[in-house]
Amino acid sequence: MTTPAPVVSVRDLRKTYGAFTALDGVSFDIERGETFALLGPNGAGKSTTIEILEGYRDRSGGEATVLGVDPGKGGLDWKARLGIVLQSTGESGNVTVREQLAHFAGFYPNPRSVDEVIAAVGLEDKQKTLIRKLSGGQRRRVDVALGIIGRPELLFLDEPTTGFDPEARRQFWELIGQLKSEGTTILLTTHYLDEAAHLGDRAGVIAGGRLIELGAIDELGGPDARVPVVRWRENGVLHEERTTTPGAVVARLGEPDGLEVIRPSLEDIYLTLVSTGSTSEVHS
Amino acid sequence: MTTLRLGYSRIGYEVKTYFRQGDSVFFTFLFPLVMLTIFSVAFSEQNFGPDDAPLSAAAFYLPGMIAAGILLSGLQNLGVDIAGEKGDGTLKRFAGTPLPVLSYFIGKIGQVLVTGILQAALLILVARVAFGVELPTEAGQWLTFAWVFLLGVITSAILGIAVSALPRSGKSATAVIIPIALVLQFISGVYLGFSQLPTWLQNVASVFPLKWMAQGMRSVFLPSGFESLEPGGEWNLAGVAIVTGIWLVVGLVMARMTFRWIRKDS
Repeated sequence: MTTPAPVVSVRDLRKTYGAFTALDGVSFDIERGETFALLGPNGAGKSTTIEILEGYRDRSGGEATVLGVDPGKGGLDWKARLGIVLQSTGESGNVTVREQLAHFAGFYPNPRSVDEVIAAVGLEDKQKTLIRKLSGGQRRRVDVALGIIGRPELLFLDEPTTGFDPEARRQFWELIGQLKSEGTTILLTTHYLDEAAHLGDRAGVIAGGRLIELGAIDELGGPDARVPVVRWRENGVLHEERTTTPGAVVARLGEPDGLEVIRPSLEDIYLTLVSTGSTSEVHS
Repeated sequence: MTTLRLGYSRIGYEVKTYFRQGDSVFFTFLFPLVMLTIFSVAFSEQNFGPDDAPLSAAAFYLPGMIAAGILLSGLQNLGVDIAGEKGDGTLKRFAGTPLPVLSYFIGKIGQVLVTGILQAALLILVARVAFGVELPTEAGQWLTFAWVFLLGVITSAILGIAVSALPRSGKSATAVIIPIALVLQFISGVYLGFSQLPTWLQNVASVFPLKWMAQGMRSVFLPSGFESLEPGGEWNLAGVAIVTGIWLVVGLVMARMTFRWIRKDS
């Protein structure tokens, strides 16, 4: 049995601007149908990575293939297989939602139906409104709609839900769930770890231009990072104990003040990873 | 085939958005009409022709305003428009789609052609109906009009694509491009009679295409005899074709060399 080639393959990706190193040897693969979340603080190299893979930036070194093509040399046929949702833009928006989607649908050989896409992003009521008259969150949904209108095999989502209210974010997650079930491969960057946990199959964490962690979302940071903490107060002093057997510890303690068992959230694990990642960066 | 189909689809989109943009409608579409009206009214008592063959201000200014319209609809409009689209992320979005650059160009040139034709038609209509300007009656004059207009519009549009590379940001686009268009209009016989300019300034203007477009339009709309006021005493339509054609080629080369959806490492 042969494994199919990954949709995205990155080996030792490097990007320098003069003396500044934005990416310092990043490697990962994204398999067909997978949703891969790229996490990391601002300026860590997430957008640089995604823009190299989209063909917007040239790499300084290393190898990259996207749908079997070097993204620095992708032609129109290659672009027709991609969907790109950039970080928000400021276009004048003198067309209606429907006009814009119908126009962009014409660029692609096998587009989704305009009605279907408008419904999927929840803009039925706004389809005849000029894009410039939409709210920020609604405009973002148009961006997402334009990203999926061409029925892409690979969808890039660069901080797609910035500016969404909680309900819009839930709807967006449902939409991404649908795309996943149709087999779309997705590369996502986000600052919302609940979003990464909800949508992502695997994640990579970038800090200081390096991939400091790569793995299934629920295994990030390794088993140690998930060891619960039992916390209680004794004579006014706070005590903490990291333990794999919190039940036993609680049974031993009885009824001290402020007893709690804390399981590290993805956010806790991420923050620990990023802070140690950037510290090791300073020392290296 | 796809390139042409998408180019056609772009023309419809471009024309629609052009007329939804209030400032472009005023400063490029209606501006020559406003100027024609002001000059025609302000100088309504003056004779712009010889004593035995009087010429009204409207008739005198009509050809220049048609030529100015070609320059505004093409060079000024596209120069500002494309620089703006570069700045606001429109072009970056297109860069990530399978839209061919050529289709985008076809859309822009088509927009200039459609709006330029409407603009010229409106100018001629207002000149005729509101100011009683006599229009040419010979087919040959209209044929001259057609080729000078088409060559002018296409050249102006291509030059607009080329100059859109000059502004460093979308916000500075009007500040960079409008003065270029304005200076050309003053030295090329649009607002000031070309024959009244000093010879050295006429020679400077003769390097640029607007002077020739305006001259071509004067040959169509002014009565015979007025060619004696032109440099060399003739309409020199061959010169119109040659200089405008050279700028068309220069514009194509410049557009080809400078236009990018995005600058990859800015």
